[in-house]
Amino acid sequence: MSWLRITSPHGHGPLSTQRVMQLVLLATLPGVVAQTWFFGPGTLVNIVVGGALALGFEWLAVSLRGREPRAALEDFSVLVTSTLLCIALPPYSPWWLLVVGIASSVLLGKHLFGGLGYNPFNPAMVGYVVLLISFPLQMSSWAAPRGLTTPPGLTDALSALLGTPLADGLTSATPLDILRQNKGLLMEDLYATTPQFGRWAGIGWEWVNIGFLIGGLWLLYQRVFTWHAPVAMLAGLGLAALIGYDGGSSISGGSPLLHWLSGATMFGAFFIITDPVSSATSNRGRLLFGALIGIVIYLIRTQGNYPDAVAFAVLILNFAAPLIDQYTVPRAYGHNRREDP
Amino acid sequence: MRRVYGIHGGIHPPEEKGLSNPGTVVDAGLPEKLVLPLSQHIGAPAKAAVAVGDHVLGGQCLASAVGAVSASVHAPTSGIVTAIEPRPVPHPSGIDNLCIEISCDGRDQWVDLEAIDDYRQFTPHELVERVKKAGIAGMGGAGFPTATKLLARDRYAIDTLIINGTECEPYITADDTLMQTAAEAIVEGAEILAYIVGASTVIFGVEDNKPDALQALQQAVNARANGQSDHQLEVVSFPTKYPSGGEKQLIEILTGQQVPSGGLPADLGIVCQNPGTAVAVGDAVLKGRPLVDRIVTLTGRALGKPANYRARLGTPIAHLLALSEFNPSDNERLIHGGPMMGFALGTDAAPVIKTTNCVLVPTRDELPVPPAAQACIRCGLCAEACPAELLPQQLYWYARAKDHEQLERHNLFDCIECGACSWVCPSNIPLVQYYRAAKGTIQEAKEDKLRSDRARERFEARQERVAKEAAEKEAKRAARKAAAQKKASESTDEDPVQAAIARAKARKAQMTADTKQDTPEP
Ligand code: SF4
Ligand code: SF4
Repeated sequence: MSWLRITSPHGHGPLSTQRVMQLVLLATLPGVVAQTWFFGPGTLVNIVVGGALALGFEWLAVSLRGREPRAALEDFSVLVTSTLLCIALPPYSPWWLLVVGIASSVLLGKHLFGGLGYNPFNPAMVGYVVLLISFPLQMSSWAAPRGLTTPPGLTDALSALLGTPLADGLTSATPLDILRQNKGLLMEDLYATTPQFGRWAGIGWEWVNIGFLIGGLWLLYQRVFTWHAPVAMLAGLGLAALIGYDGGSSISGGSPLLHWLSGATMFGAFFIITDPVSSATSNRGRLLFGALIGIVIYLIRTQGNYPDAVAFAVLILNFAAPLIDQYTVPRAYGHNRREDP
Repeated sequence: MRRVYGIHGGIHPPEEKGLSNPGTVVDAGLPEKLVLPLSQHIGAPAKAAVAVGDHVLGGQCLASAVGAVSASVHAPTSGIVTAIEPRPVPHPSGIDNLCIEISCDGRDQWVDLEAIDDYRQFTPHELVERVKKAGIAGMGGAGFPTATKLLARDRYAIDTLIINGTECEPYITADDTLMQTAAEAIVEGAEILAYIVGASTVIFGVEDNKPDALQALQQAVNARANGQSDHQLEVVSFPTKYPSGGEKQLIEILTGQQVPSGGLPADLGIVCQNPGTAVAVGDAVLKGRPLVDRIVTLTGRALGKPANYRARLGTPIAHLLALSEFNPSDNERLIHGGPMMGFALGTDAAPVIKTTNCVLVPTRDELPVPPAAQACIRCGLCAEACPAELLPQQLYWYARAKDHEQLERHNLFDCIECGACSWVCPSNIPLVQYYRAAKGTIQEAKEDKLRSDRARERFEARQERVAKEAAEKEAKRAARKAAAQKKASESTDEDPVQAAIARAKARKAQMTADTKQDTPEP
């Protein structure tokens, strides 16, 4: 009888990379449902078409690099990338926008750097920013939420996919756009006169954010990531907003609650900056990483000229992540607390 | 009640402790042959003191310790020495090692053991000598020679002895069984150990998944504490988590202190011992009995009858597998130790040694062979699990890049090789394997450097010596020449110019020789 000689440990925990990816996909569900309810089926169409494209590009990239494509397709990571990008894209995007976005994410954001685990930037955000810079018009036209109009149906969605833009009445500026363009209204009046603002942070948007918050908390509970980066980001954003609130005056940057529940805040906090590959690695590093992203988001939202700031903030801090890592090596067991790491 | 502290990281793998029926000891009997490796411990192998053909008695010394860090080996029964040759032994390297084979004669005759009545009549050093004579090495897994560890009292002020009954590895129940069945002997041994190292407090640390062991120890302690104990005895239970039983982790749990990196528990005034070692020390000191048997857990679902055996050292693992009704059809791994830190054996001819706490024989489904590793997704789960508070993921990248400087900066050498990181890694990366390999390479590189530094020093020293000798010779020659010339010039008409030149030459030669002498001897 001969026995296998394998090194310890001989057992393994329940989590696999594939499973982690599946959990992340599952956790987007509440947010996606909310987004679909308020803005119609555009996001779902994005996700399905984008997913198919992503699998195709992944297969192509992995084959070109001379690897076995099956394992890469089975780890679900490319579906996570495409799904996250497609959630962030405006619903009812034309097909070519999806093609360019997914290609940028998968080829430029991921495989150019060596594939899964080697990408310094969040691939979904790379795709998003490429589109934002190349097609600013298409990227800033959001559908109007249910409550302002009746959202488009599936036929509208498919014809939008084929290239017919939504009718004018079906799009609307987001609360963040309105806030940025606000000249002279007190916050109170802005809420009172602009139907888009809804109860807290914008009709539809507030619920979409709550949906992603729920999904994110579930992932936390599943121990897929730690609380450090999301909590720090929300704290950083909240603190910046508090400082810039200015009592709700006409130059107010908006309340913390407005910032927490609008745009891609919760989606970013729990699904984008928690991407482990491109974030800082230690818990202390993640606190810093998250907090800085929160602050940069606020700055871009209030000072910048883009519909949302999450993608830029994330990419900027992806740059800084290796540096943050250098300065946040944790104190190992048995080392003096004050000793240089 | 002693406060217990939390530790960073750790994991909760399935415990699987009930499988091996803890609390009952089964006698493994006497196999036909015992195979005793000369190296069952950390340190220098013992040196054989018998020859092939010798008849030996139980308790007789077969091989004696060599140097300060070593342990003797004794005959577990009477019989004939039938071979002294390399045989398969339990070692991660899988390399055969020198063993003494005894063909047992079945009479189990023993040498006369030299018992003592009251150990307090002896000095600690006399008792350490008895421990040393008994060939005891740490029985918890590492196998450090116990006598050497006990000499810590000479260099450190020890106040606390910790008996590590944590047994945090899944499956293993050998210490649990010992604590349930021999609690008095453990407490007695612990008191002797405390007397030897000079500790005033003895803490028995046990995870809370062993209530019976805790209760047995508490009873034994209560019985002692009623008047006759010289020490403060505390039984402490703490939450179950792997690897709480790591020496450093246990110390933090029980005292809140961390052993300094690169240091010893003794730096904190602490000595840790395993319960099995405590019993062996008690036997050695009181009865003069050497270490010749131990409790071994045979477990895993490929066994019909998992059990805890009292087995003589040298018992071939095949003998125990047969007793436990091993069913090979669905098994592909034979593990010495537990699932987290144990190593796979290539053959069941390897014997039970002083550190064999468990032999794990799982079925394929029970502990499946890991699938191929995937890319690291930098999820950080490994860092969450690491009890040494390292960044296993970074260590992995640096190990792959062979970046020794960064590996040391990220404290590779504080890794206790517990395997928690590999266990959680969703990409199935065999992280510990990389660390073991990297540690080995760095150690080798350091030794190489040391060797080449020494060689260079030797070479330079030689160069210097040769140069100095040459200079001295030259100086003497010059001096002789000068003297001869002086003589000559005295006999003939002295040429003052020539003489002056000769004197100057001689002085110069002398000076060169002097400066050479000023450089220190290597
Ligand atoms: S657990 Fe594995 S995949 Fe995750 S960061 Fe550590 S090494 Fe990478
Ligand atoms: S094996 Fe080393 S790096 Fe991995 S968890 Fe244990 S101590 Fe940490």
